[in-house]
Amino acid sequence: MSLTLEQVQRIAHLARIEISAAEAATTQGHLNGIFQLIEQMQAVDTAGVEPMAHAQDLSQRLRDDKVTEEDRRATFQAVAPETEAGLYLVPKVIE
Amino acid sequence: MIDASLRELSQALAAKQVSSVELTGLFLDRIERLNPALNAFVTVDPEKSLKMARAADARIAAGSAGPLTGIPIAQKDIFCAEGWRTTCGSKMLANFVSPYDATVIRKMEAEAGLVSLGKTNMDEFAMGSSNETSFFGPVRNPWDRERVPGGSSGGSAAAVTARLAPAATGTDTGGSIRQPAALCNLTGLKPTYGIVSRYGMIAFASSLDQGGPMAKSAEDCALLLNAMAGFDERDSTSLDRPREDYARDLEKPLAGLRIGLPREFFGEGCDAEVMAAVRAAIAEYEKLGATCVEVSLPNSHLSVPAYYVIAPAEASSNLSRFDGVRYGFRAEDYGNLDDMYMKTRAQGFGAEVKRRILIGTYVLSHGYYDAYYLQAQRIRRLIADDFVAAFRQCDVIMGPTSPSTAFKLGEKAADPVQMYLSDIYTIAVNLAGLPGMSIPCGFAGGLPVGLQLIGNYFDEARLLNVAHRYQQATDWHRRRPAGVA
Repeated sequence: MSLTLEQVQRIAHLARIEISAAEAATTQGHLNGIFQLIEQMQAVDTAGVEPMAHAQDLSQRLRDDKVTEEDRRATFQAVAPETEAGLYLVPKVIE
Repeated sequence: MIDASLRELSQALAAKQVSSVELTGLFLDRIERLNPALNAFVTVDPEKSLKMARAADARIAAGSAGPLTGIPIAQKDIFCAEGWRTTCGSKMLANFVSPYDATVIRKMEAEAGLVSLGKTNMDEFAMGSSNETSFFGPVRNPWDRERVPGGSSGGSAAAVTARLAPAATGTDTGGSIRQPAALCNLTGLKPTYGIVSRYGMIAFASSLDQGGPMAKSAEDCALLLNAMAGFDERDSTSLDRPREDYARDLEKPLAGLRIGLPREFFGEGCDAEVMAAVRAAIAEYEKLGATCVEVSLPNSHLSVPAYYVIAPAEASSNLSRFDGVRYGFRAEDYGNLDDMYMKTRAQGFGAEVKRRILIGTYVLSHGYYDAYYLQAQRIRRLIADDFVAAFRQCDVIMGPTSPSTAFKLGEKAADPVQMYLSDIYTIAVNLAGLPGMSIPCGFAGGLPVGLQLIGNYFDEARLLNVAHRYQQATDWHRRRPAGVA
């Protein structure tokens, strides 16, 4: 398998990372090297093997439906790039 | 004092031979003098540390101290600590001051009374094996400053090696505690997945990440794990198990211990001098009463390929939170919201982190999920099953931690695949979720060699026992670089 430049640009867009043409070319080389390593997996017959998503077979714990955290909105928003009136500010989304 | 074990420091504090303020001042002074040449710490805040030390001295005076109260420790900068800048080695968080404590930090500071000396440098978001991907520049190995300390917990490793701290915390997703421990002559432990809370530990690959201690001996690691481990309702993957004393079996004799030697770890691909040191260590274990049995981990050669699907997949999801909205870096100039995300992430992440996000995005994307992500998870199962079979024949598995000693700065930086292969012996342990250690076992060309010990699930106490008995019989772990004084 080999990624094209267009595919690299497409993945970068999906990941929301701006990438220049020069960066895309370098990245293409690196990614193809890494995928060459990854492709070793394809030679293995894994039919019937249960995928292992996690190191421990756990079911999610449930907790009581009650408030356990205190309101720390002001503290948490103090580290935000831009806030106003308790809201996070971003460029206008809806005209 | 700088070589003292944690037990010796604890006794000195209890006997009032030294105060925590004095001890903390001693290490802060060493950091100030020696850190500029090593770049092991990215943040120190003497006022904060000394305040903790005064509180520890008050606890000691009041008779309410625990075994580690007043002992200074370095914290990997992946753990959020309230009021401390917490960067994870990234420009993305270069100015982020955490509004809360990770559970590990809370347990160590508030419960055990350890004194944090500062935050240690690391590969960006723990993605690296050399500490060269840090936004804050590479860490230098105290054994040879032209070489890497390993990664991603390289700052923690260099700090303890240069005696800038008696011990440190690390995290291990694919070898990030064990490999730097091996390259710097330290003892490091990656616990069974789920033993140490991940709450407040900035996530890289959530099904693999695990925090653990890095120190000068197995005994020190046991005492630190006692302070770090335990159930945490704030981490949904934390295991609710009875409390244990990880130091309880340290002195047990090793007679009858069955050591499994995976033939895949003793073939090609490992430096000959490294292998010679590992074999000599195994011979020492035989003198201590252990017997060796050959075992097989037939799928271990697939651990690096499977890991470089699973870890980037989880990382691409975890790191989607860094978008310039709620905290961290935001690009200066941007147009619409999408442009703000794209520029923020382009400027805030380094090259290796971007590469892994792109791999993860691709393997999770429509049409490729089954061929990559699902296939990797199936191989993960095969790798874990290999260990289950091997542990029917033995109590502990041994082999090299790293295929080479510390390599030169820049030597592998241009070739990601070469860098990834530095972790060929450590990654399978994370995929399976098993506990693993690295302990010093000799030198090759003047550089430290690490012996890897892999235990069965929840067998930390035995691993620490196996490591401790070896350290009673040898003195490799006591060696420190000539320049460190």
